[in-house]
Amino acid sequence: MSRRRDNYETSRWKKFLRWEAGEIDPLEQGVEIQVPSVRDREKASDPGDVFPFEDIEESGMYGDRHEEDEAVLKSRGIRFFRRFYCVMSVILCLGIISVLLWTVLYLPPFGNAANPANNEVPMRYLEKGLEETGAVNAVTGMILDYRAFDTFGESCVLFIASCCVLALLRIDAASGDREKKRLMDENDRLFEPKNDIILQKCACVLVPFIFIFGIYIILNGHLSPGGGFSGGAVLGSGLILYLNAFGFKKTERFFTERVYRRVTVCALSFYCLAKSYSFYTGANHLESGIPLGIPGHILSSGLILPLNICVGLVVACTMYAFYTLFRKGGM
Amino acid sequence: MRVFEAILLLSLIVCSVSVAFTKNLLTSIIIFMSYSLIMCMIWVLLQSPDLAITEAAVGAGVTSILFFVTLKKIGAIQKGGQNEQKKR
Repeated sequence: MSRRRDNYETSRWKKFLRWEAGEIDPLEQGVEIQVPSVRDREKASDPGDVFPFEDIEESGMYGDRHEEDEAVLKSRGIRFFRRFYCVMSVILCLGIISVLLWTVLYLPPFGNAANPANNEVPMRYLEKGLEETGAVNAVTGMILDYRAFDTFGESCVLFIASCCVLALLRIDAASGDREKKRLMDENDRLFEPKNDIILQKCACVLVPFIFIFGIYIILNGHLSPGGGFSGGAVLGSGLILYLNAFGFKKTERFFTERVYRRVTVCALSFYCLAKSYSFYTGANHLESGIPLGIPGHILSSGLILPLNICVGLVVACTMYAFYTLFRKGGM
Repeated sequence: MRVFEAILLLSLIVCSVSVAFTKNLLTSIIIFMSYSLIMCMIWVLLQSPDLAITEAAVGAGVTSILFFVTLKKIGAIQKGGQNEQKKR
């Protein structure tokens, strides 16, 4: 970005014109995954920086491929399409930007008392929230009592997301993929830092504190800022750090796929049953029989504390499961 | 305090633009991480600490780690980083 501008040839506008005419592709030398073509190799081989490996690669693999590319590019229809495509992409971007800015004009002004957001609902939450839910932290009282159904949906979305990742990335050892699994394991061990002493010592100091902080956030969700989701995310990050420092052998002692399945299903079904009970009693104007306790105590505010624990467990397990599935395709 | 907020917001813009313009994927993930950390400080200034905790854990922690793992899987992190430096 901060390259100095020598002459007009290298300016942004000129580059844009050349890109639009199809002469250069700005991503060609940028993205690392792409197979390097001969053109940017020639660019790179100025006198001064010489690559030892360049000649070998150029003569071997990429020669005929490049010719094919050139032949395709030279055909007229594709050239025209390329120009059209470049222009249309810029026009589309500008169009979307202008539509969004135009919509912003019609939004209600910030801080206006007559805004649709300033109705009686937030006032009710703020005034009656403490006596109705028993939670000192109004946010948790809102998301786990008034809006508990939404939070249940979010937890289920997380569970479904991890199921999808499981379905996509899992390597099944039972159904004939044994060879692949062994290869993946070996490949994983190849990349794993072999007893990195700095990481291990740091993890020894940090992991207990991260766990305690996460548990504190979950258990104190109804008293101080935080709650199930934040605490679960902190716990999951701590688990990932532990896994990175000490390897899969150590974590498999307490966290396998069976543990993950049991914990998640138990937490979600407890959440579902508890909230169904409270919805049923609330809708029929019955006494729920769950004591709210004294606001400010750790054992207070009825169902919020166990629900926080459930959400925290689901989130922590999901974070950890994502990581292990991405890493080696199994837990 | 207003100056601090202005600095944070400016660096947010700088981060988000430079994520798009960085050519090295590893660098852009690390800039993305710093974007999340700045966002986390802004949440604290906007008096929502629970969102700040979540942003720090999810945005800066787990998301970037998943990006790193994905880059390693598709082989975009190369060992010859020095060669690349010479090329530019």
